[in-house]
Amino acid sequence: MQDIITLDYGSGGLKTAQLIEEIMVPAFANTALSQLGDGAVLPELGGQPVFSTDSFVVTPWKFPGGDIGKLAVCGTVNDVCMAGGVPKYLSFSLILEEGFPLEDLRTIVASAAATARQAGVQLVTGDTKVVERGRGDGIYINTAGIGVLRAPDLGQQAMREGDTVLVSGSVGCHGAAVLMARGDLPCEGTLLSDCRPLHQLSAAALEAGGVRMLRDPTRGGVATTLNEFVEGTSLCIELEEEAIPVDAPVAAACDLLGLDPLYSACEGRMLVVCASETAPSILTALHNLPGGEGAAQIGRVTTSRPGQVVLHNSFGGSRILGKLTGAQLPRIC
Amino acid sequence: MPFREKDFRAPDRVEALVRAIREKTSPVTPVRLMEICGTHTMAIARAGLRSLLAPGVQLLSGPGCPVCVTPAGAIDGILQLSSHPGVTIASYGDLLRVPGTARGDTLLRRRAMGASVMTVYSPMDAVEAAAQNPGQEYVFLGVGFETTAPGTAACVLEAAQRGLNNFSVLSLLKRTEPALQALICAPDFRVDGFLCPGHVAAITGAEAFAFLPEEYRLPAVVSGFEAGDILYSVWRLVSMLAENRPALENEYTRLVRAEGNPAARAAVEQVFEPVSGCWRGLGEIPDSCLALKPEYAPWDAARKFGFVPGSETDLPGCRCGDVIRGVCAPAHCPLFGKVCTPADPVGPCMVSSEGACAAAYKYQAI
Repeated sequence: MQDIITLDYGSGGLKTAQLIEEIMVPAFANTALSQLGDGAVLPELGGQPVFSTDSFVVTPWKFPGGDIGKLAVCGTVNDVCMAGGVPKYLSFSLILEEGFPLEDLRTIVASAAATARQAGVQLVTGDTKVVERGRGDGIYINTAGIGVLRAPDLGQQAMREGDTVLVSGSVGCHGAAVLMARGDLPCEGTLLSDCRPLHQLSAAALEAGGVRMLRDPTRGGVATTLNEFVEGTSLCIELEEEAIPVDAPVAAACDLLGLDPLYSACEGRMLVVCASETAPSILTALHNLPGGEGAAQIGRVTTSRPGQVVLHNSFGGSRILGKLTGAQLPRIC
Repeated sequence: MPFREKDFRAPDRVEALVRAIREKTSPVTPVRLMEICGTHTMAIARAGLRSLLAPGVQLLSGPGCPVCVTPAGAIDGILQLSSHPGVTIASYGDLLRVPGTARGDTLLRRRAMGASVMTVYSPMDAVEAAAQNPGQEYVFLGVGFETTAPGTAACVLEAAQRGLNNFSVLSLLKRTEPALQALICAPDFRVDGFLCPGHVAAITGAEAFAFLPEEYRLPAVVSGFEAGDILYSVWRLVSMLAENRPALENEYTRLVRAEGNPAARAAVEQVFEPVSGCWRGLGEIPDSCLALKPEYAPWDAARKFGFVPGSETDLPGCRCGDVIRGVCAPAHCPLFGKVCTPADPVGPCMVSSEGACAAAYKYQAI
């Protein structure tokens, strides 16, 4: 008979302890966690702390190229990286629905642990709650992350006319991969989520210098994130449609469903606004790292239409690229 | 070598077409061309073709978005149906956000309040759901033109064959030709030629649009959906106008045959019959809608649940009806972008991903 999560696992009693001792501690193995206090006592950070949190409700929990465990680690690690920090420690909280297979939980925890190792962060504290059958959707995860600030001056205020806009790889893969996993796409194939930690790529970009702003274009995709860059400023971002990398299966899937890859979520891509002089060296650095092979220069910062993002296509048509508004999207993160 | 869709976006060819169109047109007397397919609406907006062709060519959106032409009263009827206990409404996503006569009252809101509403990409998903849950009634909202009618007919035939008595179709299906006839005969009609929908023609056959040049001396080109397809079709339309030789041409030969898809049409004719029905913006049009034939009554949600659409066709202040007829550009509606946005829409043209207002809002031309 399949082992499943029951209300007992969230009771705080014997079963909760068993879950922690048998699944969490071995997977996440580190000193701070194995003390099992009410909270983790951490060493001095050696710098200004960066703190971020994110919740994950993706359905289905497993998709081509990742699962909710990997996503929960990447999501928060990436948020800390994009804020200019080097991620160090994560919390990991689960809300499980009664009946969720224990084997699936093991898979998810193992995947989260592997991703944490890859990203060089430790999962030092956590929690588990169980809700009655029908009151949840299998599994929800919340992670929070602490890092050390490395680049203090990133942000809108640092952007200048003449800056360059880069993306670390092809866009929209995660959103399309989740649609495929939901069975919403009548095709199968090589479509994989781009879900990955961005610690190396962001560090490489910062190392090369001249970075004004970093963001991972998650919900709302590249279009929405770039709009947030220029909103309320006197600057405009002008994009060249042809330069924006879109994988053929993603383009085909989006065509089929009437979606636009520029609004489809990424979970392992990074948008960089940088000084035009350092753009070539940042691109070279990204190209030499896993996950950055497809990095490309996609646009520039101008003042032609303040507060807006403009898209130019290859045959001379131009249009304003707005934010995502009220689209029908499945739960993707 | 097979066609690759991206060949139809090749920049050098597109530029050459734009030049050729400019040579045939004059900014003083712009040519007014109408497309009547939501996919064209979106493709034109997305590629920025309006600004490329202006001022010599004006591209207008006609009644091509199936959700948009569904009258407000019908939406009210659907919302009422969703509150029947034991009924699950199965619908394409677009319809879920369309409000009825009460602003904000949508299937999406009804679902949040407890109604059972499922989004489907194929109506066959609703048939399968009905087969798996015999205790629940499934009503598929059959919205669309000749393109979605065959799939809807196939579902009814499938349900009939499997003896599923908990599946039914609420047919809101529409026919292109009667609507075009009504549009052309309206007193405010001012269009010089038609970009005809490639997808519809794949079913009906290109010949279904022959009445445009033959009865009304209006040139018509059945067109595909890439920028190159549309520009080539526009170039053919302006050429025919310049030579005063209106005809029907088929640009979308990689998909559309003169005779269309007879098997798909046969399925539609087996299940449905033309009836008079109401369109947003156009009103009552004889033979313009498809209803289930009496022999398929057990799968007809209208009969089964006594569906009565409300009498309202248009909403106060909302100019969707005029937008659908091509007499009002989306931006000229006083509600556009201010009161009415995709996040909080008043009319269906702002809701549907194929609606003229949604396209104009999302892909604002420069």
